[in-house]
Amino acid sequence: MRKIALMFAASLLMIGCNNDDDTTQPIPESTVDFTFTHNWDGNMIDNTDFDLLQYFNANGEQMSISKLVYLISDVTFVSLSTGEIFDAGDYNLIDVRQGTNLSFTPDIEIPEGEYLVSFTFGFDDEDNQDGIYQDLNSADGGWNVPMMLGGGYHYMRLEGKFIDNTTTEMNYAYHAIRANNASTTPITLQDTSFVVDLGQITIGSSTSIEIKMNVAEWFKNPNQWDLNVLNTVLMPNFDAQIMMYENGSTWSNSTGVFSKGTVTQ
Amino acid sequence: MRFRIALLLLFSLSLIACKDEDDTANGYTATPLELEIPPLFAEKILPPVIPEDNPQSVEGVALGRKLFFDKRLSADNTLACAGCHRPANAFTDPRQFSVGIDGLAGTRNSMPLFNMAWNYGGLFFWDGRATSLENQALAPVVDPIEMHNTWSNVAQTLQVDGEYPGMFEDAFGTQTIDSVLVTKAIAQFLRTLISGNSKFDRYLAGTENLTPSELNGLNVFLDENRGDCFHCHGNPNNPLWTDNIFHNNGLDETFTDRGRGEVTGDPREFGLFKTPSLRNLAFSAPYMHDGRFETLDEVIDHYSEGLVYSETIDPLMKKVSEGGVHLTPEDKADLKAFLLSLSDESFINNPDFQNPN
Repeated sequence: MRKIALMFAASLLMIGCNNDDDTTQPIPESTVDFTFTHNWDGNMIDNTDFDLLQYFNANGEQMSISKLVYLISDVTFVSLSTGEIFDAGDYNLIDVRQGTNLSFTPDIEIPEGEYLVSFTFGFDDEDNQDGIYQDLNSADGGWNVPMMLGGGYHYMRLEGKFIDNTTTEMNYAYHAIRANNASTTPITLQDTSFVVDLGQITIGSSTSIEIKMNVAEWFKNPNQWDLNVLNTVLMPNFDAQIMMYENGSTWSNSTGVFSKGTVTQ
Repeated sequence: MRFRIALLLLFSLSLIACKDEDDTANGYTATPLELEIPPLFAEKILPPVIPEDNPQSVEGVALGRKLFFDKRLSADNTLACAGCHRPANAFTDPRQFSVGIDGLAGTRNSMPLFNMAWNYGGLFFWDGRATSLENQALAPVVDPIEMHNTWSNVAQTLQVDGEYPGMFEDAFGTQTIDSVLVTKAIAQFLRTLISGNSKFDRYLAGTENLTPSELNGLNVFLDENRGDCFHCHGNPNNPLWTDNIFHNNGLDETFTDRGRGEVTGDPREFGLFKTPSLRNLAFSAPYMHDGRFETLDEVIDHYSEGLVYSETIDPLMKKVSEGGVHLTPEDKADLKAFLLSLSDESFINNPDFQNPN
């Protein structure tokens, strides 16, 4: 009887304090930290740089940045020794102006070793399900994309002003989402998220990886972006979304929107 | 004996591991009160923000409600919080500017009060100068153009009242009244002011249909080519209908009121004001931070044709040089119909939100 009571009490304790950490996988060894930095062709961008008409894009327009918020997901580690793939499956919404989430530690621990590391800009179609993430629904007044544009979530909101070809100050809203064409029935959707390959990285007990975004590259290569033509109402513009995808995912001559920065151990 | 010790140890561990932290500093705990969270809120967005040092309680909310409607918070006993935040008007003031006890008018329209527990950024007032609901409630009592009182006088008045000391005892475990506890109680009451039962909420729940006009209005609201309201005012996945962020929405070329910039001192924020929720517009006229628009039609006309440029205008304002996107009359009417579907009769008529005094 005493044993039954003791077992009952122990069971209560286990139920009451269960933290879902139980796993049958081998015990992982360390987490990996990521930091996000931003620049315009090498000039660092921080809060004081916003709202200043201080940049010139590849097409020659003088422009500012008022808002830069973007989503990354599926940070993935592929072990070079075992081929095992580690993916926490979580995501990070970075607000550069507000300085929030500039550091991110995926919720996964991996054995030390050599890995190929990558992440996804935005959400791929598997993750880009409409309205299912409470934190993203709550962020920025709703990080969602309307259902009339295919639903899901924004990948990036890059906004600001530029001087157009009549010397008038104009607004732009470079919003990257899944490409959509609502003129077809059903709506045509194309996954325009992309994987950013950071290459081989040694993961130790306290590894930190810097991910750099060169904002100027969004306007540069392979599509030289003309803000006089493409400034606002870009979310329902299928071709504009493809161009954003191409500019974001293109890596040539050692340059691109995203690159690996400093890795510290 | 070993058995008893082991059992005691297990229970002790359990208590330590699972201890909640609701206990107040003086060890007193009032009756916990859960907020009545609408199902759509629970499904779609993060939980409400309740400060650890001011948990909701039955007694605290009752006290806060009594205080909110009590004119004795003002210096001459003529003006309660509810005097400028009227339940029938979604807790705003139908006058453009509220008038204080000395007959002086303010310069901004009183803000409507609901769903404030979901203000994740925690900045209150049109300019965000208050960093919590408790902090917000401190200001009007001593503002010379509002209640023009002192907190010491308020505390003294309430301290000699026949009911209040006992109510503070029940809510906070002390009969000693001060501004901290008064504002805590008011904040608890304000957090119960939840609006989540509009026609559009019922439409999302599948229990009511929208008219064709309201449905087209929703499309105008969500269409980047037309209204594009959603980037600041949210979407069906965010039942708050505001981003609670600060924007310059193209009202003026120059600013007599610097708004957010007056608080931060940052010229990049001159003329920015907090996005108000679109819920309960049927009851909350006039509109904008200065109540300049008496009708929703005027508001829609502003975004459609009335935008004016200023240096800090938000990039989301479209075709500013043309005044806006020039909606068709039909789209304007439908947008208005949709916006009105976000109004919640059950909120303004909720008996729990009326004057208990």
